[in-house]
Amino acid sequence: METVSTDVVIVGAGGAGLRAAIALAETAPKLRVALISKVYPMRSHTCAAEGGAAGVIKPDDSFDFHFHDTVGGGDWLSDQDCVEYFIHEAPRELLQLEHWGCPWNREADGSVAVRPFGGMKKQRTWFAADKSGFHILHTLFQTSLQFPSITRFDEYFGLDLLMHDGRCRGLTAMEMRSGELRQFHAKAVIIAGGGAGRMFPFSTNGAIKTGDGMAMAYRAGAPLKDMEFVQYHPTGLPNTGSLLTEACRGEGGILTNKHGRRYLQDYGMGPETPVGQPQLKTMELGPRDRLSQAYWHELQKGNTVSTPWGECVLLDMRHLGAKKIRERLPLVHELAESYLGVDIIKDPVPIRPVVHYMMGGISTNTAAATPLPGLFAAGECACVSLNGANRLGSNSLVELLVFGRRAALSAIEYIHDLSPTNTSPLEAAADATRQRVEALHRRDDGNESMSGLRREMMDTMEKNVGIYRTEAGLQEGVNKIHELRERYTRVKLTDKSRVFNTDLFQILELGSMLDCAEAVTVGALARRESRGAHQRLDYVERDDTNFLRHTMVYRQDAELPRVDYLDVVITRSPPGVRDYSGDKR
Amino acid sequence: MNAPFPPPPSQEGGDGGSQAMPAPYHDGLPSGRPSGKTMKERLVQLEVLRYNPDTDTEAHFQRYEVMCQEEWVVLDALNKVKESIDPTLNYRWSCHMAVCGSCGMMINGEPKLSCHSFLRDYEGVIRVEPLTHFPVERDLVTAPDDFMEKLKRVKPYVITKQKKPIEAGEYKQTPAQLMKFRQYSMCINCMLCYAACPEYGLTPHFVGPAALTLAHRYNLDSRDEGRRERMEVVATREGVWECTFVGACSEVCPAQVDPASALQQLKIVGSIDWIVEHLLPGGKP
Amino acid sequence: MSRRPLIRELPPTRWFLRHPRYLRYMAREVTSLFVGAYCVLLVIAMQRLSAGPVAWQEFLVALRSPASLVFHLAAMAAAFYHAGTWFNATQKAMPLQIGEDFVPGAYISGAHYLVWAVLSLVVLFVAGVI
Repeated sequence: METVSTDVVIVGAGGAGLRAAIALAETAPKLRVALISKVYPMRSHTCAAEGGAAGVIKPDDSFDFHFHDTVGGGDWLSDQDCVEYFIHEAPRELLQLEHWGCPWNREADGSVAVRPFGGMKKQRTWFAADKSGFHILHTLFQTSLQFPSITRFDEYFGLDLLMHDGRCRGLTAMEMRSGELRQFHAKAVIIAGGGAGRMFPFSTNGAIKTGDGMAMAYRAGAPLKDMEFVQYHPTGLPNTGSLLTEACRGEGGILTNKHGRRYLQDYGMGPETPVGQPQLKTMELGPRDRLSQAYWHELQKGNTVSTPWGECVLLDMRHLGAKKIRERLPLVHELAESYLGVDIIKDPVPIRPVVHYMMGGISTNTAAATPLPGLFAAGECACVSLNGANRLGSNSLVELLVFGRRAALSAIEYIHDLSPTNTSPLEAAADATRQRVEALHRRDDGNESMSGLRREMMDTMEKNVGIYRTEAGLQEGVNKIHELRERYTRVKLTDKSRVFNTDLFQILELGSMLDCAEAVTVGALARRESRGAHQRLDYVERDDTNFLRHTMVYRQDAELPRVDYLDVVITRSPPGVRDYSGDKR
Repeated sequence: MNAPFPPPPSQEGGDGGSQAMPAPYHDGLPSGRPSGKTMKERLVQLEVLRYNPDTDTEAHFQRYEVMCQEEWVVLDALNKVKESIDPTLNYRWSCHMAVCGSCGMMINGEPKLSCHSFLRDYEGVIRVEPLTHFPVERDLVTAPDDFMEKLKRVKPYVITKQKKPIEAGEYKQTPAQLMKFRQYSMCINCMLCYAACPEYGLTPHFVGPAALTLAHRYNLDSRDEGRRERMEVVATREGVWECTFVGACSEVCPAQVDPASALQQLKIVGSIDWIVEHLLPGGKP
Repeated sequence: MSRRPLIRELPPTRWFLRHPRYLRYMAREVTSLFVGAYCVLLVIAMQRLSAGPVAWQEFLVALRSPASLVFHLAAMAAAFYHAGTWFNATQKAMPLQIGEDFVPGAYISGAHYLVWAVLSLVVLFVAGVI
């Protein structure tokens, strides 16, 4: 097996991975960086983010506002020291991106424009039309091309971390185009592999969002934190699940049920605001968890609209007018038109909640360090506890930047103090990976089909771990996912060839998703309260006495994972009431 | 009080609250399931170019028949083939919303994103091939190495003489200055334009539409001072002067970037630079 | 086994048959032969003119031959097509931005057609045709 010796390996070349790579190249140009990803960087799912990125910049805004919006939005499960660090770094990072050429929308005087977003008290979301993530990703990727210390390994599929003496010392990966394995020996590893939304059947996530980075760390002994918090975005296209950005509502779009009623006022987000004059932090600009839950209640009441694609509510943007829609929401306009046949200038578009984002992930502290020395993580794959129980729209793109950079700085610091070790134990660990892959190739008695197992997993997650959850449903989910993990050991690899074998990659991805799914279900079963995106029909109240703490899930090979807890860091905002009832004057 | 919601009128006993959510149809496929009436279905015939370097010396077409919903895209049909008929079929895809640029293929001879090629627009057998002008690794998977190298060569990043500190705040850029280059910043690097450009097919050293367009995008950006550096790559025989304005790049571009216009503008810029340098006394572009 | 990328070469002489857009492109390129040939004809005309009135008269007679008429008609059609492709290209090569918005491309190409028509009328007027 060929060995690549380097200083830092980054797994994942989306927003967080690229930001980390650039920070390494700028701060420590002598360190060699290997940036590996299972896709070319431009394909990373950061490109699909639409609405924008939050950072305090306007004179009427303040760090305090951003702090309280984020902590309250996260239902007090955010670590407040982390939020503090984040809000102060956010504007810096967005400005840095501006200097690198990101085409942010502008005010008439040439300063950066901001738009309103859900759960935010002030307008602070920087945006590039409705392709903000796309522009952030391409700006980072193109900027990264100028640094000689970054070597990209595009289309390398990360397999296992190489551990020695309890430290992370690299990883094994497969060159996808040849099927050959490589071991990367490094002093530090940064995982920036994205979320695992594809464990659900109806998701805004691209096909690549299979939690490989999370699972890699999890298998190596790192805990996954707060995995039960899965965000449903309230406005997805009902057939493809494509995202219609929150900016639709930020710009003034409204949600109505089949009677034409703006039903959000019935769920603690009223009183109704005038159409076309969105007010911050109320009605359509409430947080995502509340909006998705309101849909579910409308569904129970029979207030939804029956469409060929299932039960929907309506997102009405007609009053915005053609000019504003074309200028600020061109992608949404195009998506609804081509995939659903609805012209949002002329008609309301049917939508329903869709799995969008995982608040949970590899447990990290504010320095982006995992409990495993030498292993750092950033982005959706990590849980730095910024987002708590529910992420506010437009915080995650900034999270990629702030903690991508932070992971790089932490890695540099860590490497500085590291003493050299020999690499022979790594060879043995790498060989274990080789045998794992070879076993898949050699196995002839595999009797479980990849697509069959995958469908059962998705159906289980959809049925038992949705917007509202119950003890019995979750128990069924835990049992089923555990059973699927066991059956996965007999999965059949049909395609035995070596070159770009997507049958093999899908099997590996399924393994990652099953690991993540088990952490989600086990965490959800153990959390007997309702908080943010985790809502239990049998425990409808938030329980700060027992559950103002993070769920930490540790993998155990054949058994169910071990669940532990970690206290939430509260500095200056004690748990309170999430109030989205708008202006009461 | 944490939950602002009233208890639901009817509880779905023990089965998990989410069961009333519309059920998914298939993995990776648009999951809308008809409630009441059925979605229109159609038997789709695909003819897919297959190539496996392990076993094949040449590529060959393979025919698949799958039942699809009328509103699906070609990618959905391929996904259904892979899931239910032939797991050994290989292709790239991810976002299913025409923004990641992974799923470029030749569909009935035209470079297209398969996630944005609607079955309703095709009759009869749909012929699917890998993007032309790129080496085929396997099936529909091509090797984009040449494109990646060219992208890097045009220096697609902001170049300034002096680095502006973050503390100095943002560069002021008016909406008009933004609009000047914004269209050219929309390129998703899907490489359809390279597959459409016969110039690139016949003379592979041509830097090509997407990369040159990105060079133009940064040249036009009010924050950038790197035009001269970039023009050393751009205004060359391998650069814009290899372009004979077939215009196919703009016709196939799924992001309405219009690379052909960028290249024609670069030719004018390059010509003016040349005239200033060679014909005007003491001239520097 | 490992990588063995398949290179699918473009047929160097038949590639433009793949798609109508390439045929349109080739048609545009071919029209330049007619434009070029007409330029040669003009040079010959000058040479005939300088050779004296007899030579000039013979040249004029030759111009009235059926073959010559066919050539002129074809050259005119080709010149129209060729000029059209150029004028259509102007909107791509010379975009005009006023404030945030770009002037619609049709205006830019249209302006070129207009100037062309006016100049043609001037030429015809100077030549005494109208």
